[in-house]
Order: sequence, then structure tokens, then C-alpha cells
Amino acid sequence: MNRSADHDNHRMVTRRTLLLGGGQLMLFGALASRLYYLQVIEADKYQLLSEDNQFNLELLPPIRGRILDRHGMPLADNQDNFRVEIVSEQTGNVMTTLNKLQSIIDIPEHEIRRVLRDVKRKRSFVPVTVIENLGREEISRVAANTPYLPGIKIEVGRSRRYSFGTEAVHVTGYVAAVSESELTGDPILELPDFRIGKSGIEKTYDLPMRGNAGQRQVEVNALGRIIRKMPGNQGEPGADITLTIDMRLQKFAHNRLERGEGRWLSRDNRQAQEALEKASPSIRNQLQNRPKILINQKGQAVAPESGGVVVMDIHTGAVLSLVSAPGFDPNKFSNGLSANDWEGLLSNPRTPLNNKSIAGQYSPGSTFKMIVCLAAMEAGLATANTRISCTGHVDVGDTRFHCWHRIGHGELDMIGAIEQSCDVYLYEIAKKVGIDRINAMAHRFGLGEISGIDLSGERRGLIPSREWKLATLGTRWQVGETMNTGIGQGFVLATPLQLATMTARLANGGLAINPHIIAAHGVINDIPNMGLNAANLAVIRKSMRAVTMGARGTARKAALKIPDWEMAGKTGTVQVRRISLAERKAGITKNADRRWRDRDHALFVAFAPYDAPRYAIAVVVEHGGSGSSVAAPIARDVIAELHRLNPLGNRDQAGRAGLPTGRKG
Amino acid sequence: MARNIWQDNSLNPPELTLAQRILQINWLLLILVSLIALIGLAMLYSAANGSWSPWAVRQAIRFAMALALCIAVAIVDIRFWLRWAYLSYAISMTLLIGVEVMGEIGMGAQRWIDLGLIRLQPSELMKISLVLALARYFHGRTYDEIGQIRFLLMPFLAITAPVILVLRQPDLGTALMLVMGGATIFFLAGVRLWKFGIVGVLSLASVPIAWQFLRDYQKKRVLTFLDPESDPLGAGYHILQSKIALGSGGTWGKGFLQGSQSHLNFLPEKQTDFIFTMLAEELGMIGGLALIGLYMLVIAYGFIITLRCRNRFGRLNACGMTTSLFLYVFINIAMVMGLLPVVGVPLPLISYGGTVMLTVMIGLGFVINAYIHRDLEIPRRTDET
Repeated sequence: MNRSADHDNHRMVTRRTLLLGGGQLMLFGALASRLYYLQVIEADKYQLLSEDNQFNLELLPPIRGRILDRHGMPLADNQDNFRVEIVSEQTGNVMTTLNKLQSIIDIPEHEIRRVLRDVKRKRSFVPVTVIENLGREEISRVAANTPYLPGIKIEVGRSRRYSFGTEAVHVTGYVAAVSESELTGDPILELPDFRIGKSGIEKTYDLPMRGNAGQRQVEVNALGRIIRKMPGNQGEPGADITLTIDMRLQKFAHNRLERGEGRWLSRDNRQAQEALEKASPSIRNQLQNRPKILINQKGQAVAPESGGVVVMDIHTGAVLSLVSAPGFDPNKFSNGLSANDWEGLLSNPRTPLNNKSIAGQYSPGSTFKMIVCLAAMEAGLATANTRISCTGHVDVGDTRFHCWHRIGHGELDMIGAIEQSCDVYLYEIAKKVGIDRINAMAHRFGLGEISGIDLSGERRGLIPSREWKLATLGTRWQVGETMNTGIGQGFVLATPLQLATMTARLANGGLAINPHIIAAHGVINDIPNMGLNAANLAVIRKSMRAVTMGARGTARKAALKIPDWEMAGKTGTVQVRRISLAERKAGITKNADRRWRDRDHALFVAFAPYDAPRYAIAVVVEHGGSGSSVAAPIARDVIAELHRLNPLGNRDQAGRAGLPTGRKG
Repeated sequence: MARNIWQDNSLNPPELTLAQRILQINWLLLILVSLIALIGLAMLYSAANGSWSPWAVRQAIRFAMALALCIAVAIVDIRFWLRWAYLSYAISMTLLIGVEVMGEIGMGAQRWIDLGLIRLQPSELMKISLVLALARYFHGRTYDEIGQIRFLLMPFLAITAPVILVLRQPDLGTALMLVMGGATIFFLAGVRLWKFGIVGVLSLASVPIAWQFLRDYQKKRVLTFLDPESDPLGAGYHILQSKIALGSGGTWGKGFLQGSQSHLNFLPEKQTDFIFTMLAEELGMIGGLALIGLYMLVIAYGFIITLRCRNRFGRLNACGMTTSLFLYVFINIAMVMGLLPVVGVPLPLISYGGTVMLTVMIGLGFVINAYIHRDLEIPRRTDET
């Protein structure tokens, strides 16, 4: 054996061992520096990522503010909405639990299938909704049985409730699920249960009523299972919105408008059943969701009247009721409208989705005559004593303009002309005043103008002028058109809200009040005076009193029978379609003989009480027939109800002194 | 029969009695190892969300058994191990082939033989046996012989045969460790450096060919390693979550039992392959460095013993086993920190699992065994006497 070779060998091995050890030491050094790099240099980055992993931000939807009427009665509030959820991992067997649940409450078979599908798709700890919107009784039955229903949980959500449904829907509007185009990036809008205002006050005051969402961090594991909920801020509930509406009056006016000249009969009534059988499918459809059947004076089943009623405090412009019929049920929208219901709303010929009080534009007809007469008096072209003889018609060139009274009224002064709604008188006056002055006066009374009420979808109406005609129709203004405008026909269009505003300004002595529906509208100290001659206004008011109280007044049958509380008004019957020669020959001149959509609109504007005016009202009954026989009685009944309810209290009627309007009742 | 060999070596110091050998056991090394194992138990307690079951208790029992086995291996006469080295290799090889055959019959990637109580993983046994066999082989070769390629052919085959079998299982991590462990013995035995160079170049050249033999999931792991952020919820998820856990632990950690990544199950396999991540998340860089430091001490001990040992078999054994431990620790920690692909190598003494614990403790047994017999001279050819 070679000792020195072994010695060399030993040194070589020692060298290589040290080399190997040194190499391993270096590699450990690499590990240590990597650890330093990850845990010290990049620590912040990974710290953030770790928290991202660990915590999900959970938004707590705020409680939506309520909508209250002037007395604090909620028109829209939030209701506990009980739902039953199933957590599959807590059930022994999903199907067994569902079967047991089915024996306690009624669950449709297709819902069961949906639940089973969802349970399979979702992770086993994610709750799946079995059934929503349960009544208290059903919930208590489920709650009593929970020991036998493993994995079943009762959860409470909130849903919007409109206690008055259709009667206030055109004021409150409705909420519904957020649509894609409404997303603003605000995460609250992406919550699955979040609802957003789509119309009415719900839309206008959506932001203040929404409130601020609370936030909470939720610790989750890698599968998304919630491990722990951290305390967070609860957010702020939305603000309540108080309206100037008196819901009792609103409800009364709505029902009174719908009833029209008819009466409601119980569905058990034989006469009602027979009438319903004879009615057209369209009428049957419109009566379908009603508890009772509406029967007219001829014993036929008819659809409830459609149109608008606006009641206003003449001193402040506070709107006490804003009715548009037909309405629809906003509750259905917040819970998700069925395609069938939606189809029904769209196909209804009476357009329930249209807010007729602010967006329905109607020829004002004879209700416009006060504006024309006032324009004439203000221009010094006529006085209360201006007398004109009515022979039943006026000829201008080749055209003959008829009075509604074929044989003529004979000689009339201004008060008599308005009392009997003589058309010839107004033709002559309008011709004298000219379209420019009529147009200017109409605008001063808010016609053809947006009022700026806090509701979306308001329409402007139309007060024609020379410029307007040239611009839109391309032809020059004709004198005949001035005469037609003089009786509120032709191009003139106004909404019920504008007619109420006009009446209020006539009644309050020419103060330019503006309608508003929000109680917190602010103190109105300085309502501009329109600068009209008080004597002229008095003539107009006196003529309106004659309409209801005069011996020949067109609305004398609708006079208010309350001592010291007279109603002064003006009827309007607006031709929707010219009566054709053939119809005239066939004797079809009466409204009742014509198809609904060919009948005249019935209008009535009024204020009361005559001596110390407080309220103005405008009633439009679409295709209702005559203003005097259909619209005027509605206005009278609503004003009688106003007298009974006395919504403004017994305060001194000196509203012009600037009483605050934001008070509650 | 050991006595026979003994009497032929008059230069040797007197025979050690069993008691003397027990006294010679390197107790400090065992204390260090036990310290690491205790840290492991604490981590398993944490991994179970503060519970001794299901992992910590069983792991403690395993460690106790493995410690006993380690001492037993250490105090057996080194010449006994020398004599049985080849046989152990043969047994390991047979078992490895057995697993292969059983896997062929129909259980897919099976790496173990179920013996009822323990699942025997032949590839782990092979890590020991390969070191023993190579140590014995080079113990019997002179420096000159080692310089000749024909003498290197047999040990080269001894490495490649199990590596191919393990690769077929497929177990990339173990194959890598067998190759590196074997290469270490070659290196220490005095194989000329240029030969390593040639083999190295050849291996690099064969990488594209080897790529063809990799399973899809193995390819994916390698690709994921190269760019973990490319697919954060897919294959890169584990390594990314592991880095998040480590990084968010910071210098001082989130506190024992407070690792959010680990306890919320973002971290995969937190009780086995990714246990270092959990430790470093909860105990921070300080805890991680402390554990690495403990391993370094153990490994340094191994190298000191290697240097102290005068017989080549013991020296090669000690260094081979130490390097094997180093490879476990390094590959595992590098893997969870995103320095190496995820190859499924556990952290010895810490990760939950019996086989690796056994392998490492037996290896340590051989290191101590080499220390006990450090001054013993053993002739080249025991079988010639």
C-alpha cells in the first residue's frame, strides 16, 4: 500500500469536503437572502395581497328613506321581507329537507327544481334562496319547525312597500332593480338586492333617500367561506321625504275620478255579472284586477275613467293631490315585474304608465276662455260690460265658426259669456285681442311653461304663436286660428297641473305661485305679483262663480251645497275628433254613442271658497264626455272633501304674507 | 465474523464495547435534531388550528421511533454496515422494481408498498442504500483505480438504474436527490473534475430529450416555476400563495397560530411540503432564519465528522448522508420560496410524514456511526480476508 498516495488522497478528500461544505453554506446563504428579500424588502406588497386574500369588503345597503304625506302618513316605506334559505352542507339530504319544508309551506315544483340546480352549482356553504316574500304566518310555521329542518334558515331582507299602491303611484313613482345603463361605478348599485328610483319622487329624490352604505370587512378563506365578520360602520339611512300631498284627499280624488258617472257593484251582483258578460274584452281586461265592477247609468260595465286631478293651495302652490288614473301597482316593480304584468301595462289603451297630471297634454277648451277675456281687459279692448250678440255662429271669409249652442245665446256681457261658455263671444274677443296678447297672457299664467315640479316627465303643453307656427308648420298664422285658440281649441295644449296653476293664479289675485310637491320646498316669502289689474281679476272670478252659481251656468248642477263655501269654476268640453257629416246624418252626435277614444275630453277647473279662495283644482277626464256633467261633479266632490278634511288647517288664509310651507299637518 | 476482520488489523485501537459506543454518541447533534423536530411538532399543532391531532401526536410518536432507530444504526459496528451495503442496495432495488410492476398493474403513480402499518417508500430507502453501496464501492478502490473510467462504470449504473425507475413513478424530486447524492460521493471519492464537466455538459444537452419524457403535470410545474404569476388561479396558485404567505409574515411574523394565509387554507399542503411557508408566515424572517440556522448546525456537524473520520467508508457515508439532508432542506425551502419548481420534496423533521423522517434519522444514524468509528481503519477489501 502506498502511504503517500493515501496521504495525498486524504488531503484531496479533505479539500473536496471543505469545498462541498462551503458550497452548501453558500446555498443556505442564498436561501437566507431570498427569505430577507421576500419578508423584508417585498413584505409590504405581500402584506397587501394577503389582506386582499383574507378580507372581502361587504357593503351593507342603507335603509331607504320613506316618502310621507303632509301628515306623516307613509306612502312608501320599507317592509321586512322574509325569505327561506337552504345551506346544503347543513342538511343531511337536501331533498329530504325540501320535502319536509314543502309539507309546511307551499312551494311550487319548478322552484324546487331551481333550488336543486342552484345547490349543485354553488359551494355547499353558500345559502340558496328557496322562497321569498313569505307572510308572517308562513314564516312562523317554518320557524316553529326549524329543529326538524336542518340547513333551513330564515333571513330578513327589506323590500319597498307602497301602502297606497296605484292611488299614489304617479307621485311616489317606484323603485326597481338597477339596470345596466344606471351603473355609475358606485359599488352599492351592484348589490343584488339594491333598488333604484325609476319614476316620481323615488327618481327625483333617489340620492337623498338612498343614504350612505355601511361597510364591513368579512374574513374569508380560500374557498370564500366567511370565517368572521368584523365590526364596521353601519352607514346612514336615507332621508325621509315629506310631501305636500294629503293622502286622504289623494285617495278620495283618485277613486272619485275613476268612478266618473258610474257606480261600483259587487262581483256577486247579478246585474254586474250580466253587464260584465256583455262588455268588450278590453273593458273586461281593465276590470280584471278590480274587486268590484263599474256600471254606468245605462247599466253597462265600463272601464274606470282615466285622466288627472290636481288640487293646489293657491297661496303657496303646494300640491295637495296629484292624481293620474289609471295607476299601477308599484309594489310589483320592486319585487320584479312579471312579463305578463308588463305586457298588460303596455297594452292598456288608457296608458297607466303615463302620469296624466303632468305629462298628459289636452286642449284646455273653454277653461282657456278666462285667459282670453283677461288679456282683452288688460289690453283695454274689453270690459266686463262689453256686449256681443251670439247668433250661433260667426262667419270669417268662407269659414263659419259655430257656437256650441246652435241657436245662439243672444246678447251677452263678459260674465254671461263665461257663465254660459259662449263661443261666439270669445271668437269676437279673440279676434280683437290677437294671438300675440293671448299667447303672452297664457304664458304669464304658466301655460306652455314647465312648472319645475319635483317630478320627472313633466310636459310643456303648447301655446301657439305666429313664430311657432311658421317654424313648425311653415305657414303664416291665420285669423281663424286665433278664434279657435280663443275657445281653447286648435293648437293649444295644457296639462292638468298647468290648468290648476292657472286657476290658482286667477284665484289668488295674480300672484305667480309655482306648484311644488315637496314640503321642504323652503319658505316662500316673495311670490312675485304678476301686476294684473285686481278689478279685472275680480271680473273673471265673478264670471267663474256664475258658472256654478248662475241661473244659466254650465255647471250649475254641480254647485257645491255648503253654506258660505261656494265653488267657482269653468267647464271645458274638448272635441277630440270632428263629428263627420255621415255621423251627423246618422244622428250620432251624442258622446255616449261614440267609441271611447272618439269621445270628448271633459274638463273642469275651479277654486273655492269663492269669498276667500284657498284651493284650486283642475279635473281632466279623458274622453269623459261633457265637462259640466262629468268633470264638474268630480271637482265638486273633491272640494267638498277638502272642506271636510281641511288639510291646511284653520290658519289665516293670508298665504301671501309668506307662510312657510314645510310644516307637517 | 466481525471479529475476524478486527484481528487482522493490529494497528487499530482496541475494540469498543457497546457501552463505550453509546458514550461516543454525539449527543449534541441529537439534541439539535430533536430541537428541529420539536419546532416541527409546534408547526403541526398550528397547522391543525391549534390541535395536537391529527398530525402532531402521530408525528411525535414517529420521531421517537426514528430517534431510537437512529441510535441503533449509530451503535452497530460500522463493518457490519460495510458488509451489508450491497445487499441493502439489492433489496431497495428489488422493492423499487416491485413498486414499478405494481404501478404497471394499475394504480398509476404509486410510490409506496402498503405493508399495513407503514407505507414503505422504496425510493426513500434507496437514498440510504445508494450512499451505502457507493461508499462501500469507493472504499474498495484506490485513488488510481478511481481515475480509470472502467471502474466508474458500475457506480454510474448503480445511480442511473434507480433514477430511471424513480423517474418513471414519476418522482422528479427524489430522482434529482439520488443524482445529486450520488454525484457527491463521486466527488468526494476523488473522481476527476473534468469527468463531472463532461457529464454536466451531456446532461444539459439531454434536457430537451428528457423534456419529452416528462409528464404533462411535471412540464406544467417547471413552466409555472419560470413564471408563476402567469396563471395565478391555476398552476401558479400554490407558489404565488406561498410567496404571499411568506412576504406577509414580515420580519417578526404574524404570531404563532396567527398565519392568515395558512389558517384560511390559501396555503396548500401546509402540513407537508409548504410547512416552511407557514412557519415563516407565523414566526417571520427571524423564525425562518433560526430554523435554517439549526439545519446549518446539523449539516456543519456532518461535515466536521466527515473531516474527523479516518476510514473512507465512514467518511463517504457521513458526507453522503449529510448532503442528502442538505438536499432535502435546500430543495424544499427553495421550492416554497419560488427558487425551484414545485417538485414535492418535504422539509425533513418538520413536514408531516413518516418515511422522510425515517430516512433522515437513519442517515443521521450513519453520520453518528461514522463518528463513533472515526479512528477505526478498515481495509479496502473486507471480503479478501
